[in-house]
Amino acid sequence: MGQIRLDAVSKSFGDVEVIRPLDLEISDGEFVVFVGPSGCGKSTLLRLIAGLEDVTSGRIEIDGVDATAVPPAKRRLAMVFQSYALYPHMSVRKNIAFPLRMAGLGKDEQMRKVEEAARVLNLTEYLDRRPRQLSGGQRQRVAIGRAIVRDPTAFLFDEPLSNLDAALRVNMRLEISELHQSLETTMVYVTHDQVEAMTMAEKIVVLQEGVIEQVGSPMELYSAPRNRFVAGFIGSPTMNFVNGEEAARRGAHSIGIRPEHLTISTTDGAWQGTVGVAEHLGSDTFLYVHLSDGSGTLTVRAGGEYGAGHGDTVYLTPDPAKLHRFDAAGLRIE
Amino acid sequence: MPTQHSRVHARLMISPAVLLLLGWMLIPLGLTVYFSLLRYNLLMPGMEQWTGLTNYRFFLTDPAFFDALRNTLVLVGGVLAITVIGGVLLALLLDQPFWGRGIVRVLVIAPFFIMPTVSALVWKNMFMNPVSGLFAHAAKGLGLEPFDFLAHAPLFSIILMVSWQWLPFATLILLTALQSLDSEQLEASEMDGANYWNRFLFIVLPHLARAITVVILIQTIFLLSIFAEILVTTNGGPGTASTNLTFLIYAQSLLHFDVGGGAAGGIIAIILANIVAIFLMRMIGKNLDA
Ligand SMILES: Nc1ncnc2c1ncn2[C@@H]1O[C@H](COP(=O)(O)OP(=O)(O)O)[C@@H](O)[C@H]1O
Ligand SMILES: [Mg+2]
Repeated sequence: MGQIRLDAVSKSFGDVEVIRPLDLEISDGEFVVFVGPSGCGKSTLLRLIAGLEDVTSGRIEIDGVDATAVPPAKRRLAMVFQSYALYPHMSVRKNIAFPLRMAGLGKDEQMRKVEEAARVLNLTEYLDRRPRQLSGGQRQRVAIGRAIVRDPTAFLFDEPLSNLDAALRVNMRLEISELHQSLETTMVYVTHDQVEAMTMAEKIVVLQEGVIEQVGSPMELYSAPRNRFVAGFIGSPTMNFVNGEEAARRGAHSIGIRPEHLTISTTDGAWQGTVGVAEHLGSDTFLYVHLSDGSGTLTVRAGGEYGAGHGDTVYLTPDPAKLHRFDAAGLRIE
Repeated sequence: MPTQHSRVHARLMISPAVLLLLGWMLIPLGLTVYFSLLRYNLLMPGMEQWTGLTNYRFFLTDPAFFDALRNTLVLVGGVLAITVIGGVLLALLLDQPFWGRGIVRVLVIAPFFIMPTVSALVWKNMFMNPVSGLFAHAAKGLGLEPFDFLAHAPLFSIILMVSWQWLPFATLILLTALQSLDSEQLEASEMDGANYWNRFLFIVLPHLARAITVVILIQTIFLLSIFAEILVTTNGGPGTASTNLTFLIYAQSLLHFDVGGGAAGGIIAIILANIVAIFLMRMIGKNLDA
C-alpha cells in the first residue's frame, strides 16, 4: 500500500504563503513527479508529506489514515535528499543498516537486508567504505539503499540527480525508473528538470508559486496543456507563442505551436521569415527564424540534414491540429 | 616538482629560522639540565658543586612529588570532564532558537576574558569564604553549616574555578562545530526512526568528535601548567592537598631556594608532559583520520 491524499493542505512561513491550499491524490504504486521552477514550493510540499514540516492547514492521509499529526518516523515513508545526507562517520554498510538498527532488528537480519540492497544497487564491493570515498553516483545509490531496506510504503525523492553530471544523470534516471518497475512502490519525485519529469513520471504535477497548475500524464500535459505556463514549461525546446493578428484570426489572445509541429519550406508557407541561427545536433536541426512581419522569433525543428543557414529566407506552416489557443488570462481554449 | 637545485636553496633559506628556533629551545633546556645536575642553593651562593643525579633522586622520592602528580592528573581530568560535558550541553542549549540568544552567547563567553588571578580571588573571597562568601550565606539561609571549601576541599574548589574559566572556550568551539552539522543529516536520521537521544548519540556526537579532541588537546596544554589560581587561593595547601607539579617546582626553587631541585623537577615535568602529548597525538591522529 502507498496511497497519499492531500486535502486543502497549505503552508506558510511567517506571512509568506508558500503552498496555497491544494488537493492531490497519489495512488498506490504510482510514480508521481512534482515539477516547477526553482522556489515554487516543490521541496516544501514533499517535506509536508514526509512530516518534516507541519501543515499550516489541511489534512494529509496516508493509506486512508489521517497522518497530519504523525511524526516522520511513523509515516513509513523513506526520503532521499538532494545532498544525499549520508552519515559521514559510518561505513556504507552502517549507513544502509541505520534505519534497521533504529527499528531494533537483529544483527543477522540487518546484515541480510543490507547485502540484499547492496546487491540490487551494485554496492557490494563498497560496503566497507566511508561515504566520502565514493563518487556522486555511488553516494546516491547508498542513499537509495538506505531508503529501500526500510521497505517503506512510499519513496520521496528531492532532486536526487541535480548534483550529478549529465551522463550520470541519464544513467541514474534509468536506474530509478527500473527500481520503480521492480519494487512497484509509490514514488514521489521532485525535480525542476522537465526532461526528468517527462521521462520518468506516470503522473506529473506542475507547480508554480505554490499552486498546482496541472496534473496529468506526460502526454496529456504535452498535448493539452491547461494554460500558457504549463505549455511553456513542458517540452524542449519550449513552445513558440504568437500574439496579435495571427492569434486574433484564430479567435485567441495568443497561439502556441511546438517547434516539432512547424513545417519548414524554402518556397511557400503560411509565415515568412529569415533564419537567425541554426543549431545542428546531428539527429535534428533547430532553426531560430525571425518572422518578416516583426511579430517575433520562432524555433523550428527540422531534419538533421537540413541545409538552411543564417540569412536564408524560409516559410513556416503550423500543423493546425497541433495548434494551442489561449485566452487573455492564459487559459487554454478548446 | 622542485628540482634538486631549488631544494638545496630552500633548505639554505629556511636554515636561519630553524637555527633560531633550535637555539631558542635548546639553550634554556640545556641550562635547565645543567642546573639540575648541580647542588645549587640560593642561600649558599658560590657553593655550587656537581652532584650528578642526586637532585632527581630527592625530587622523585619526595612524597610531595606523588601528591603533586596525582593532583595534576585529577585537576586536568576533572576540568576536562566538566568542560567537555558541560560544553556539549551548553552548546546544544545555545543552538536552539530562543529570544535574546545573541546576548546570552556573549555573556557565556565572558568568563574567558577574566584574568586567572582575578577570577580565583573573586571565587575565594566572594563565593567560597566560609564567613562572608555567597555560598556561606546561602548555606546559612538554608539552616546549614557553612562549608569551608578551600580548607576542606581545596583541589575540588580549584577544579571548580578553572572549569568556570574554561567552560566558555569549550562551549564556543563545540557550538561552532554544532552549527556546521548538515540539518539534512538530522532530518534523514529522524525519518530513519532515530529519536532525540539516538540522533544525539549517532549523528551529533560523532560530528562533534573532532571539536572535542581539539578542546581536549588545547585545554590539556594549558591545564598542565595551572599556577595562578593555586598561588592566590590555597598556596598548594593544606599540606600538599592542592599542589600540582607546576606549584611544586615553584615551591622547590623559590620557597626553598633550591635551584637545582627545581630544575630537576622541571625536567621531570617536561618528560611527563611529553608522555601526555604522545597519548593525545595518538588519539587526535585517529580522530582526524576518521
Ligand atoms: N524554512 C523556511 N523558512 C522560510 N521560508 C522558506 C523555508 N523553506 C522554504 N522557504 C521558502 O519557500 C519557498 C519554496 O521553497 P522550496 O519548497 O524549497 O522551493 P523548491 O524546492 O521548489 O525550489 C521559497 O521561496 C523559500 O524561500
Ligand atoms: Mg527544492
